[in-house]
Amino acid sequence: MNTPTLPPLLAANPRLDQWVGFPSPGSVAVSTGRVEIGQGVLTAMLQIAAEELDVAPERILLQTGDTDLTPNEGYTAGSQSIQFGGVALRMVCAEVRALFLDHAAASHGYSRADLAVRDGTITHRGEPTAHDYWSLAAAVDLTRHATGPSPTKSVRDYTVVGRSAPRTDLPAKVFGGLAFIHDVVLDGVVHARVVRQPRRGATIASVDEAALRRAAKGPVEIVRRGNFLAILGAEETVVEAVAAVAPNHVTWDGVDPINPFQEEARWLLQQPSTDRTIGPPPPTEPIPGTTRHEATYTRMHIAHASVAPSCGLAVFRDGKLQVWTHSQGVYPLRDALARTLKLNPAAISVKHVQGPGCYGHNGADDAATDAAVIAFHQPGKPIRVRWRREEEFGFEPVSPAMVVTVQAAVDDAGRPADWTTEIWSGRHTSRPGGGGNLLAAEALSDPPPHPPAVEGGYPPGAGTRNGEPLYDFPAKRIVHHLIAETPVRTSSLRGLGATANVFAIESMMDELAERAGQDPVAYRLSVLSDARARSVVEHVARISGWQAGLPSGTGRGRGVAFARYKNMAAYAAVVADVAVDENVRLLRVWCAADAGLVINPDGAINQLEGGIIHGASWALKEGVRLDTAGISSRDWETYPVLRFSEVPEVTVELVDPMADRPCLGVGEASGGPTVAAVGNAVAHALGARLRDLPLTRERVMAALLRA
Amino acid sequence: MDPISLIVNGSTATVTADDDTPLLDILRNHLGLVGTKFGCGQEQCGCCMVLVDGRPEKSCGKALSTVAGKAITTIEGLGTPDRPHPLQQAFLDEQAGQCGYCLPGILISAKALLDHNPAPSRSQIAEALDDNICRCGSHVRILRAVERAAARLREGGVR
Repeated sequence: MNTPTLPPLLAANPRLDQWVGFPSPGSVAVSTGRVEIGQGVLTAMLQIAAEELDVAPERILLQTGDTDLTPNEGYTAGSQSIQFGGVALRMVCAEVRALFLDHAAASHGYSRADLAVRDGTITHRGEPTAHDYWSLAAAVDLTRHATGPSPTKSVRDYTVVGRSAPRTDLPAKVFGGLAFIHDVVLDGVVHARVVRQPRRGATIASVDEAALRRAAKGPVEIVRRGNFLAILGAEETVVEAVAAVAPNHVTWDGVDPINPFQEEARWLLQQPSTDRTIGPPPPTEPIPGTTRHEATYTRMHIAHASVAPSCGLAVFRDGKLQVWTHSQGVYPLRDALARTLKLNPAAISVKHVQGPGCYGHNGADDAATDAAVIAFHQPGKPIRVRWRREEEFGFEPVSPAMVVTVQAAVDDAGRPADWTTEIWSGRHTSRPGGGGNLLAAEALSDPPPHPPAVEGGYPPGAGTRNGEPLYDFPAKRIVHHLIAETPVRTSSLRGLGATANVFAIESMMDELAERAGQDPVAYRLSVLSDARARSVVEHVARISGWQAGLPSGTGRGRGVAFARYKNMAAYAAVVADVAVDENVRLLRVWCAADAGLVINPDGAINQLEGGIIHGASWALKEGVRLDTAGISSRDWETYPVLRFSEVPEVTVELVDPMADRPCLGVGEASGGPTVAAVGNAVAHALGARLRDLPLTRERVMAALLRA
Repeated sequence: MDPISLIVNGSTATVTADDDTPLLDILRNHLGLVGTKFGCGQEQCGCCMVLVDGRPEKSCGKALSTVAGKAITTIEGLGTPDRPHPLQQAFLDEQAGQCGYCLPGILISAKALLDHNPAPSRSQIAEALDDNICRCGSHVRILRAVERAAARLREGGVR
C-alpha cells in the first residue's frame, strides 16, 4: 500500500482519517500531531489544510497533540513542524480532495477534469453541483492509506497560504480567557508541590512532618514514594506555603557538592569525552603557503527560563490515566509514563494544553510526570502540580555550556584553505522518550537507567549543529568532544549547538576579514557561492545601509553574521548596531531570511523577531550561575534577561516568500546569527574582541583594560 | 476568618480566606478569574499585574487584607471580544504576542500608563513595561501596539 515516496511521517500515520474527517455538515476535522508552543503553528496548519482542501479556514476544527485523536508526530521541535508536518498534512489534504473529486466524477457522470472544489462544494466547470464533502463523506472511504503524490495545488493558485493570517490562539490570551494549562480547572482538584531531590540519586534521610504541618494553614497530605516527596491539599495557597519551607525540613543523603567554577565553560576542556571527526581528517602538519589562526569561544549554560514555571495535570480513574501537559511530545511522554508506572501505553491518554513559551525541553515533561505519579497512587483524585519559580530555574534541564575553537589555515589572499571547528559540549538532547530523565521517575524506588549521552547524526547534529560553515573552504571539518558528565542536567534549547557554533564561526570570519583588511560583508561574499545564502547577506546589507570601512573602537559598532540553520533549514543574515560604553546597548537589528515558501509571512516574521530578541538576551545577559548546591540563579534577579527598555528596533524581511520552493524551518534560524552579529558589533565598537558569552559589563571593562 | 469584600472589575466580591492570601490566588482560585497569571510569585515578572485603585500592582505579592474595599481591575475587566479595549484591539492588530502568557500583565501595565499619559514616547512605554518580562521576544510588536492604542484613544476611542 505504502509507496516508497511517502514521507516518514505519513508512513508512520498512513490512514487518511488520522488527519482529515468531515464529522458534521459544514465542518472539517483536521488533526496535527504538532502543538502550539507560541510559534503560531496551529494557524499555519489551518492555512495549509484550508488551501489544499479548498474550504474556508473557519470551517476547520483543528485537533492537536492528543494521543487519543491525533497522528504521532513525535516532538514539536527543531523548526520542523512546517517543513515536515505541514508537508505531510498538505499531501493528505490533496489526496482527500482528489478522492472526493474522483468519486463525484465516477458516480455522477462528470468529467473529472471539469471538477473542482469551492469552500467544500464540488463545482463543475465553475458552477456549484449538488454535491459537497459532507454529502459524499459516507461514500468516500478515508480509512484507506495515503498513497503519496496526489497533485498539490500550484503556488500561483494559493489564496490562503502565503497570506498573513491572524493567529487563532491570540484572542483568548488577550482577553484573559482560558488559554493555558495553568488555567484549567478540574472539579475537586488537589494541588500538589514536589520536594525535589537536590541531586540525581539523593536519598531522603529525614522528613520533619510535624514541622511541615506546623507551616500549613490548612489541611495537607504528605505523600512519599521512595525518594519522591509531595505535599497535597485542596488550597493552593496552603500547599505553596508548605512547599516554600519544605527544603528546610527535609534532609538528604548522597548529595555531593558540585564545583561552582563549572559555570564557566572551559572546565569542559579537561573532561573525558567521546570524540568524533566529521569531514576529512585534520592536517597533521602545517599547510604550505598558509598561516594558522586559532581562537576559542565559550558560552555558559543557558536556561529556557520560560516566563512561568511548568504545570501538569493528571487523574487516574478506572484503570485509565489521563494526563494534560504542555510537553512538546505527547506520544513520547505517554511511552515514558507507561514505562515509569508500568502501565500499558493504551491505558494512558496524554493531551496537550498550551503553556508559556518553552523554547525546548524545559520542566513541562517533569511536571506532567509529577502529576501522573501522584495521581496513579491517589486514584480518582485530579492532581494539579504547578512548579515553583525557583524549581523551574533550579531543576529544568538547561542548555549545556560549550567551548568552540576555530582553527583556520589562511592563504595569501586571506581566505581559509583549511578550517576546523572543534567543539566541546555536554549533551544537547535528553528528552524523556526512552523513559529516563524524568525527575519523578528517578526519585522512585526503582529508577530507570539514565539514558546514555548521544549526539545523533550530522546534519542536523546537536552539539555539532551548524559546526560546519557554509562557506566555500577547500577543506572543512568538525571535531566534536561529547562530555557525558555535566554538573547539571542538560537538554535541548532553541538552536541547540548552533548558537555557540555560529557565534564562533561568524566571529572568526570577522577576525579573518580584519586580518585580510577586508570588509566583513565583502569578505563573506568572496567565499560564499550558495546563491540563496548570498542573497540574504546582500539583502541585509542593503536594508541596513551597510557601509564598508567604518572605523572601529569609537564606541559605536556594527556587525554582520550569517547562517543557514542546521545547514538545511532557513537562511538568515543579521546586522546589529550597538553603542558600548561600559555596558552594551543594542540599538537596531536587521534580518533578511529565506525560508522557502512561507505559509504565514507575518507568523514567520514574528518567529524571526522573537529569535532576534531571544538571541540578543543570550548574547548580552544570560548564563546559569552555579554554587556547590547546584543552580543558584533561581530568580529573575540572578538570571537577568533582556527587558523592554533594552530591546532594539528590529526589521525583518523575507526573501522570496512566495517562491515555489520547499518550506524551510524558520523558528530557530535567527538566534545564532543574532548572537554573532551582536558579538561582531561589540568588537567593532570596542576595537577589541570578546570571545566569551554573555557580553557583560565586566567583560567589556576587562576588554577595555586590555586594549 | 472574616469575609473580606473588594470590588473586582466593578462588582463587589466577598471572599473568606486567610488575611495573607495573595490577591492572585483570590482572583484565580476563589473568583475563577484565570486571566491574571502566576509567573514567579516573587514580584519580579509582572505576569500577575492588576490595577489596584488605578495603580499597577503585582497581585502575587499583595495580601488580601491590604486590598479590602479597593477597586481591582483585571484583564477580564478591560474588554471583551465583542467590545475590546483599544489596547486589546491594538495587540490583535499588531499580532503582538507569541506564547501570550505575559500579555494580560502587559496589557494592565500599558493601561495604567495610558490612563495617566495619553501620549507616551516609545521610551516611556518601554520604561512602563520594564517590570513585565516577555520571553518570546514580542517586545517590538508590543511597543508598537501600545503606540497604536494610544493614538486610537487620543482620536476618541471608546474608553
